[in-house]
Amino acid sequence: MSWWQTFLGFFLPNVLGYGGGPAMIPLLQVQVVKAYHWVSNAQFADALALANVLPGPIATKMAVYVGYQVSGWLGMVLALVATVVPSALALIALLRLLNRYRTADPVRGMTLLVQPVIAVLMVGLTWEFGADAVHHLGWLQSLGIALLALWLMQRRRVHPAFVIAGAFVYGGLVVPWLGAW
Amino acid sequence: MVRTGVFTYGGGPSVIPLLRHEAVHRYRWVSDEEFGEIVAVANALPGPIATKLAAYLGYGQKGWPGAVLAVLAHIFPSGAAMLLLFGIMRAVQHSPRVQGMIDAVDPVIAVMMGVMAYEFAEKAWKGLGRWFSLAVGVLASLLILGLNVSPALVIVLYLAYGAFHLRLVRRMQRRRGRGEGASA
Repeated sequence: MSWWQTFLGFFLPNVLGYGGGPAMIPLLQVQVVKAYHWVSNAQFADALALANVLPGPIATKMAVYVGYQVSGWLGMVLALVATVVPSALALIALLRLLNRYRTADPVRGMTLLVQPVIAVLMVGLTWEFGADAVHHLGWLQSLGIALLALWLMQRRRVHPAFVIAGAFVYGGLVVPWLGAW
Repeated sequence: MVRTGVFTYGGGPSVIPLLRHEAVHRYRWVSDEEFGEIVAVANALPGPIATKLAAYLGYGQKGWPGAVLAVLAHIFPSGAAMLLLFGIMRAVQHSPRVQGMIDAVDPVIAVMMGVMAYEFAEKAWKGLGRWFSLAVGVLASLLILGLNVSPALVIVLYLAYGAFHLRLVRRMQRRRGRGEGASA
């Protein structure tokens, strides 16, 4: 695993992911799962689940975990640098300039055009994680958990971290003897 | 900064109100208006919001060392916790209990992704209009899911077009307005 690839694998999703942390999730998945095969899709999903349960920014936690998996401490540092430094430097360097142009048409148009692409990628990820769930838990159980999670997060405004923690508890207590349904 | 990194669950954007509280009210590093401006600009740039803000605020206080320190304080505690938890998980990976926990989380993650897909689609819908956002969405799915074009490439293409999009829309509106004026 070359250091340059490690850097690039995290640099690209973060530079292209307009719209903050979550926008880079599908792009990161494409890089680290599909392009470089650093982690499996299941590992990626676990990392995402844990990153959501733990406090702090998602993108840097993902970088820490995947970078460490790829090539130990050095990989971790590289992944973090690639995630944080370019955009932070850009903000410091460009704040004055950007402030003048942030409402300019080209900047707004570019930010807008990225949104449908991210949405499409998110749909792809939804499908993949859904298929994984059905494979391991069966249709009924997956659908039940999914509907309950949707209801809790969207209707009851329960924080995702608690829903994930709940799923962990259910998985630890019920799934082992219930199996797939 | 350590506080904001530790106490905000749920990723970057949720950190903003807390960071504002610390930077504006508690330490008075920046005024409320300045903070709003910084957030607006940070949104226009790619990459995680929270670390951009931390870097900028740190830089404003103490120059480059401040920027480095602020970012480290922001990401270190949760990063360390992540590694620790994964170490534990790997050690007990083969117990059926842990396997069950891992499996049970999949549907939840799928739902979260679905909800986020909806939110991004909604943003596109509002900003680009119904038919146009549908068209670019379908085009993007064809390219990415159908033809396996790299998403990075698709985004670069979309960005290139995005730079001209609003100007084009305006020109078309003007032309339409003139057409209606002539026919009336």
